[in-house]
Amino acid sequence: MKEYRLHALICAGTGCVASGSLDVKEELEKEIVKQGLENEVRVVTTGCQGFCERGPIVIVQPGDIFYQSVSKKDIPHLVEEHLLKGRPVKELMYVPGPEEAPVPTMMDIGFFKHQRLTVLKNRGRLDPENIEEYIGFDGYRGLEKALAEMTPEEIIREIKDSGLRGRGGAGFPTGLKWELCRKSPGEIKYIVCNGDEGDPGAFMDRSVLEADPHAVVEGMVIGAKAIGTHKGFIYVRNEYPLAVKRLKIALSQAEEYGLLGKDILGTGFDFSIEVAQGAGAFVCGEETALLKSVEGKVGRPRPRPPYPTEKGLWGKPTTINNVETWANVPAIILRGAEWFSSIGTEKSKGTKIFSLVGKIKNTGLVEVPMGITLREIVFDIGGGIAGDKKFKGVQLGGPSGGILTEEHLDISVDYESLTGAGAIMGSGGMVVLNENDCMVDTARYFLNFTQEESCGKCTPCRIGTKRMLEILDRIVEGRAEEDDLEKLKTLAEKVKKYSLCGLGQTAPNPVLTTLRYFEDEYKSHIEEKRCPAKVCKHLFKYVITDKCTGCTLCARNCPTDAIEGEVGHMHKIIQEDCTKCGTCLEVCPVNAVEAVDNE
Amino acid sequence: MKKLKIGDLEKIRDKARRTSSLRQNKARARVTVHMGTCGIAAGARKILTALLEEVGKKNLDDVIVTTSGCAGLCSREPMATVEIEDKPPVKYVDLTKEKIKKILNEHIIKGNIVKEYALAIGSERTTLK
Repeated sequence: MKEYRLHALICAGTGCVASGSLDVKEELEKEIVKQGLENEVRVVTTGCQGFCERGPIVIVQPGDIFYQSVSKKDIPHLVEEHLLKGRPVKELMYVPGPEEAPVPTMMDIGFFKHQRLTVLKNRGRLDPENIEEYIGFDGYRGLEKALAEMTPEEIIREIKDSGLRGRGGAGFPTGLKWELCRKSPGEIKYIVCNGDEGDPGAFMDRSVLEADPHAVVEGMVIGAKAIGTHKGFIYVRNEYPLAVKRLKIALSQAEEYGLLGKDILGTGFDFSIEVAQGAGAFVCGEETALLKSVEGKVGRPRPRPPYPTEKGLWGKPTTINNVETWANVPAIILRGAEWFSSIGTEKSKGTKIFSLVGKIKNTGLVEVPMGITLREIVFDIGGGIAGDKKFKGVQLGGPSGGILTEEHLDISVDYESLTGAGAIMGSGGMVVLNENDCMVDTARYFLNFTQEESCGKCTPCRIGTKRMLEILDRIVEGRAEEDDLEKLKTLAEKVKKYSLCGLGQTAPNPVLTTLRYFEDEYKSHIEEKRCPAKVCKHLFKYVITDKCTGCTLCARNCPTDAIEGEVGHMHKIIQEDCTKCGTCLEVCPVNAVEAVDNE
Repeated sequence: MKKLKIGDLEKIRDKARRTSSLRQNKARARVTVHMGTCGIAAGARKILTALLEEVGKKNLDDVIVTTSGCAGLCSREPMATVEIEDKPPVKYVDLTKEKIKKILNEHIIKGNIVKEYALAIGSERTTLK
């Protein structure tokens, strides 16, 4: 057995790969050979560490030393100082704020310190393309226990007792769903993993599939035994090439080891998994549309009941769970329902993964216990609002969710509390907004998305969302009439009530919650033709004030030549030519450019 | 690859645990070889290589071998610090390949400090709490 004294874990999640982690890895390996350390230091590529904003990320073990934004040119110094001489390199460490000391270890960084990992426990610590590493970190122990020691009923009982609820958004009790499917009459049954993550800004499922694909596979085999099925499908969108690749590697390794396929672990149980790649239609995240897509038909929803547990794939009883739900299963079986239900709140057990994005200092992927407050997520983990702006709200649950405000910062993050406040847990997208965000524009952005993604099958969603969007367009362009707000509200209620599937039923949520908490902003747009946040381009203008020193920087950078003035003299914006791109505001060295209301 | 049966997973787990133990923070002992410029000049690399080989040969998966900078006593390099769980650290000086092997066998495995090579027991005082 070869012993290494150091492991350098380099993140190879999509985020870090995009910022160049594979080049860094190559350089690291080269430099290690150059220093003669190839027998002492092992380089391991891992899944996403979650702190994507600071990528490429390298962690050195033992010691838990965390390096961020590592580039190729940093490598020779890093290898010589840390890997050879054992002196961690301060320049590459996380610095919490100006004039603060660098933080060497991962667990002392606020972003990591306040997280509690269950599903993502293996992120950043094992190589997702190597099944033996997964096995080494307690992988497939839950499966072994389920197949060798438990009856299907016992597995279902354990999942029911754990209190696990669907992580795809609606929060249906997982054990109950399994039981319904098991009791559904029929020889042939299926299970499906929903990996069709389509919310803008959400990447929880992608990250789980990339960082720990075997956890999903293991969860599904356990579920298959409980439900009594021999065939499963994992539905992933084609836009996730790395997730698809790692998943396929995991499936073939699991088959090779006898953990999938015929006679699993010699127990006589057969189960195989097929990957179904989706083309990226948002509606296919809705379970009945997804099942159609797996069957090779156009992905469109149908009315429920019958629910998939009675009539699913090819009319057979089918259990469909989200990626994160499946990935929770192995740990519950291994550690028991009691352990799992000790985490979280009374009705929401365990942890939840959120993708924390928007106007926040630390963006990335976070896993937290249910019951944590929004404030802890936004301020303790996220580090607060970037650029010292004022917090305005959080958009939770993507285009199907709602916006919560400052007054909700202390509510508990669990299914019931979020729904009560008008948002949803959703799959876990969390977009933080600051004072420079216009709520009307934000609502319009999400509605524009759902309107485009509406499959067109039912009228309320197809036409309703279109008409709502037209009203919002009028509002942001300053063409709205007094009664438009009332029309918008009525239409939103109708679309919510009468749409066929979850897409249409939730599409009005961003509009409804912004109307509930920020009606003033809508009124400013409609009655005063004014956008308080200065976002809606038709409702404000840029002017140059007398702070201008005549440096010409704005005029030289203006893409439409809409600024005139001579060196040393005050400049002026020609309003007719201005596209309000904001470049002048950004480049002005003396803050002489201001956004003001139209007269 | 032969298909696994119930129980076979534990063998893979054992093997995999050893290769990944560094990442599980479960070590009984830690040996720090001081690799400042002075240490390297005095031959610390050879000490480190010999130590790693021996740890590998003996399959000691609960021992972490690591490096750090100069320990301050450059004239007595190569140096190493041995820390056993719950015991104060021991600093060894003027090391050779043979000495480090003896330290591994006597101190790390059996728990007896090799007094004739040891400089001191305990850590330096710092201004930090």
